[in-house]
Amino acid sequence: MTLSTDNLGFGYRGKPVGRGVTIEIRAGEVLCLLGPNGGGKTTLMKTLLGLLPPQEGAVRLDGEDIAVWSRKRLARIVGYVPQAHAAFFPFTVIDIVLMGRSAHIGLFAAPSRADGEIARRALATLGIAHLADRVYTEISGGERQLVLIARALAQEPRILVMDEPTASLDFGNQVRVLRQIAALARSGIAVVFSTHDPDHVFLCGDRVALLHGGRMEEIGAPEAVITPASLKRLYGVEVQVVNLPDHDTRTCVPSVEGLRRRSTATWSSGSGRG
Amino acid sequence: MSRAGILWLGLPSLALLLLFIAALAVGKFPVAPQDVVLVLWAKLSGASSGLPPAVETVVWQIRLPRIAAALLIGAALAAAGATYQGLFRNPLVSPDILGVAAGAGLGAVLGIFLSRSVIVVQALAFVGGLGAVLTVYLIGAAMRGRDPLLVLVLAGVAMGTLLGSAISLVKVFADPYNQLPAITFWLLGSLTAITLPDLVPILVVIVVGLLPLYLLRWRMNLMTLGDEEARALGVETRTLRAVFIAAATLITSAAVSVSGIIGWIGLIIPHAARLLAGPEFSRLLPAAMLLGAGYLLAVDTLARTMAAIEVPIGILTAFIGAPFFLWLLATARRGWQ
Repeated sequence: MTLSTDNLGFGYRGKPVGRGVTIEIRAGEVLCLLGPNGGGKTTLMKTLLGLLPPQEGAVRLDGEDIAVWSRKRLARIVGYVPQAHAAFFPFTVIDIVLMGRSAHIGLFAAPSRADGEIARRALATLGIAHLADRVYTEISGGERQLVLIARALAQEPRILVMDEPTASLDFGNQVRVLRQIAALARSGIAVVFSTHDPDHVFLCGDRVALLHGGRMEEIGAPEAVITPASLKRLYGVEVQVVNLPDHDTRTCVPSVEGLRRRSTATWSSGSGRG
Repeated sequence: MSRAGILWLGLPSLALLLLFIAALAVGKFPVAPQDVVLVLWAKLSGASSGLPPAVETVVWQIRLPRIAAALLIGAALAAAGATYQGLFRNPLVSPDILGVAAGAGLGAVLGIFLSRSVIVVQALAFVGGLGAVLTVYLIGAAMRGRDPLLVLVLAGVAMGTLLGSAISLVKVFADPYNQLPAITFWLLGSLTAITLPDLVPILVVIVVGLLPLYLLRWRMNLMTLGDEEARALGVETRTLRAVFIAAATLITSAAVSVSGIIGWIGLIIPHAARLLAGPEFSRLLPAAMLLGAGYLLAVDTLARTMAAIEVPIGILTAFIGAPFFLWLLATARRGWQ
């Protein structure tokens, strides 16, 4: 299953946000969207999900325009992981995850035992089976994010769109979520996720698209696209991209000018993180 | 039945049964509770109760219609309230949010002002409630591209205020000795004059409204996630929202058309039900209906027994409901966040 756009224009009625976005995402691939606040990441993702109608061009799944698809048909292929939020009502975690089954069951039906097993398996995949009967509003933000990913897994999508899945998570949970993203891609799911951290792109992105002012400036392999020059253009700050050969990844370190308040002697090399 | 099931279904049902017998027993002509049970049993078994005919008349002809009305209307308002709260993802929402009460009020007040019969007043109230919500819904649908819920709520507030002013205007012109008390009494709610034949049409309408709520009970959970998330999970939210609003409005309009405006039930009962049964709508709906039926029956029994004159129900539900609501606000954590 391939998700593609051709010269996509996106935004709200009377308020265009971006245009000229051409991307293609294939099974098993992780595409990251990187860009400053207001760059159009969220609006683009909502358009990919069919939640906003495209203003130009179209979003296609295996070449078919999704504009005419029913929500149910679309939800069986494309899953959405919103940013972890507080639910309004105190559903249990298993109830929330079961909601991921709605595209697979009849309009008047409630989830069956088989749906319950799929939901519990999704929780187990993310290592949070023990949360099943906890109340969603009473667990931590990191746990909620994992629950929302579990809900998307219960949906059994081929393509997963995740809006800043690592935002507002502590360091450990960020790493856990990135591991899950990599594992999902290995299982053949295509993942699109937005992030504010270029290091995360290096850690688990196959390709990265830079979104700036609604334009897609570059798309390609992280090593080719994320450079001091491109980060300077995107964020307006001086950044060094440091190779970590021992760890098979790279990391971005902002220029220390204006930051340092201690003598450099107290710093050991290679551990700086923005 | 599981322990949780006993808590949210068993106990309220038992309480409702006891309340039902107590309500048949108390009043200006007291009937002993065991006699009430005898009368009920006689009807069920077809045998004679052996009690004076006056007792049977009081139980069957005088108290039962009113009790049936309280149960039906209480359950209806609570079901509508639970639906609206889920739909608008807001625990402060009541069935009045889209202007049902104000629309029904204006319809009834006009009927009284024009000195029409009770049945016409009821019909006008019913049509007024539906018309107000339909107008609000069409305004909301015309303003696309914004948060659909917010537009609906704000349009509902504006409509409620407008219709409220229209009600005040009619009151200014109404005959102060004859019509004005009737108008005031209607706006405060009462089950005084209800007969069983009155209840048949509203029972039909309420059942018609409850049917989609029951059938779509699991989908209702998805609506509480908000428009975009629900759509991403495969829900056609615009259609479902229209169905839920139509159903809840039908139920509310039917209920208030015979009872007048009874506030607070649709607001506080869903909270209490959520504490008891959780937010999952297939449990919440029956729990809210049980509690709503019991609450209105208790309040109406108080209304007809606590003083020499009838106390309007709307006053009592507010006197009991408002402190209860504040207590919930102060203590409840599990109900909502």
